[in-house]
Amino acid sequence: MPEERGTPAGPVHVEGEVVATKRVGAYRHLTLSAPGIPERFRAGGFVAVTVAGHVARRALWIHRVRASSAFGPTLDVVVEVRGSGTAWLAAQPVGTRIAVTGPLGRPFALPKDAVSCLLVGEGYAAAPLFPLAERLRERGCAVSLVVSAPDEAHLLSALEARRSARSVTVLTADGSVGQRGGVADHVDDLVRRSDADVVYAAGPAAVLRSAAGAAERAGAWSQVAVECPTPCGTGLCHGCPLPVVGEDGVDRVVRACTEGPVVRGDRVRWDALIPPRDPA
Amino acid sequence: MSAALLGRVPGPVMVAAGCGGTGRELLPYAGPAGLDGLDLVTRSITLDARSGGPGPRVVEVPGGLVNAVGLPNPGLEHFLATELPWLVRAGARVFVSVAGATMGEYADLARRLSRAPGVAGLEVNVGAPDEAGAGLFEVREPYHAASVIAAVRREFPADRPVLAKLRPDVSRIVEGARACHEAGATAVVVGNAVPAAFRDGRPGGLSGPAIASVALRCVVEVHRALPDVPTIGCGGVHDVASARAFLDAGARGVQVGTALLHDPTTVTRLRAALLPVDPPTPEETP
Repeated sequence: MPEERGTPAGPVHVEGEVVATKRVGAYRHLTLSAPGIPERFRAGGFVAVTVAGHVARRALWIHRVRASSAFGPTLDVVVEVRGSGTAWLAAQPVGTRIAVTGPLGRPFALPKDAVSCLLVGEGYAAAPLFPLAERLRERGCAVSLVVSAPDEAHLLSALEARRSARSVTVLTADGSVGQRGGVADHVDDLVRRSDADVVYAAGPAAVLRSAAGAAERAGAWSQVAVECPTPCGTGLCHGCPLPVVGEDGVDRVVRACTEGPVVRGDRVRWDALIPPRDPA
Repeated sequence: MSAALLGRVPGPVMVAAGCGGTGRELLPYAGPAGLDGLDLVTRSITLDARSGGPGPRVVEVPGGLVNAVGLPNPGLEHFLATELPWLVRAGARVFVSVAGATMGEYADLARRLSRAPGVAGLEVNVGAPDEAGAGLFEVREPYHAASVIAAVRREFPADRPVLAKLRPDVSRIVEGARACHEAGATAVVVGNAVPAAFRDGRPGGLSGPAIASVALRCVVEVHRALPDVPTIGCGGVHDVASARAFLDAGARGVQVGTALLHDPTTVTRLRAALLPVDPPTPEETP
């Protein structure tokens, strides 16, 4: 995808500040002032943030950006508490200063034409699909969104999604809202019904694999946002191996943070991909 | 061997091996000067490409990281064709870290790198925290390390530096530094990650602030016993104070590694604070 002219490129490292914090279901939504990052953002990009007392950084998907607000340019991230680092982040009040690096990684590639797109997300990791849906809609694409979670509390922003998607499907494992079941149970049917030319997926590896498989069976392209633990997020440490098949047909291991996180679904060697572990 | 014959000791601030990506990833954080004049040690380059170890490769522990990345690198051929020319063009002073499974591999790497344009010097990885796991030539004894250094020295021009990166083992560090210096090392880097284990017992190396005082003790011991052997401190350097502790202990320079993973601007800031050169430009003068 060509760079948009006049858009500053590359990540920046800035001192951000928590300007809003809100609990939504099982998650904590943080709004960070982060000058330089929103104007560089493209859907699928992420930020690495510094957590007090921790050496490794925490990678967070960018859920939304605002180019201007009372606090200047801001970005929203969704935090699920999974360890001491994310617990610290979720507990920070307005005013906490946090070093933020981003936007990092390779974003979703957008189709040139106004095609039909199915967006499949599970849990908090569905976050990058929301700005993606907006961009696709601006391009005239028909956007169908699937939001999946174990239960209602872990569903991300399904209501907001109705603004940018033509149809929204909600899946919960316990059937508390929407249809009962997971992505694997419904994705083939959803790809068929949306007549998708491109399937975009964000979530745990198993969800990405299901979505990529369904796309391939239906003859559609897929783009998946892979979530691996990324110790630095910037490509410096080579600590987030992502096994892929290169365009030349050769097996490779690339960095999820730099050559990813978004890659073509048919390029991932799923059997070799280690299931993401909980961050410390 | 006289120091003049072994090349200039780099520093005072260098990027440590394995913590600068391919070098390109540092550029967004390098300030207006970019990588110009930056002393950068590449990740370890082996003769053949290596895809690295399985995940998780890097795990956080209190005060540091345990890592077993497995030396992923594209192999010498590809490095010479793509990564090295980019770094040279960006103005970096490139120290290529070399790692081999045999003495012959070290010699081959040194010979071929001696002909490559723009290589400022070599760093020989003779202190990896888990050589067996990484498939490297084992250097348990200082004389093993010294013979590797000698093999590299024979193939590399005498006027360019060869650095020996040793394990920060205080009981052996003086012996190791002496042996490597006598074998032709311009300076010794003290040191590599400390041998450690992941929670499941898998071998790895501990780096970061947790090992700063261990590495500092090693520098102190080397400087006391061998004041003429230049040392470069490496281990837990993350700010001016931690860098100065090494310099005050006699180190000629420091390498910054894990701190870059925490804050990619660390080297830029430390260079601004510690480099004696480059007076402020007129715009910056109040």
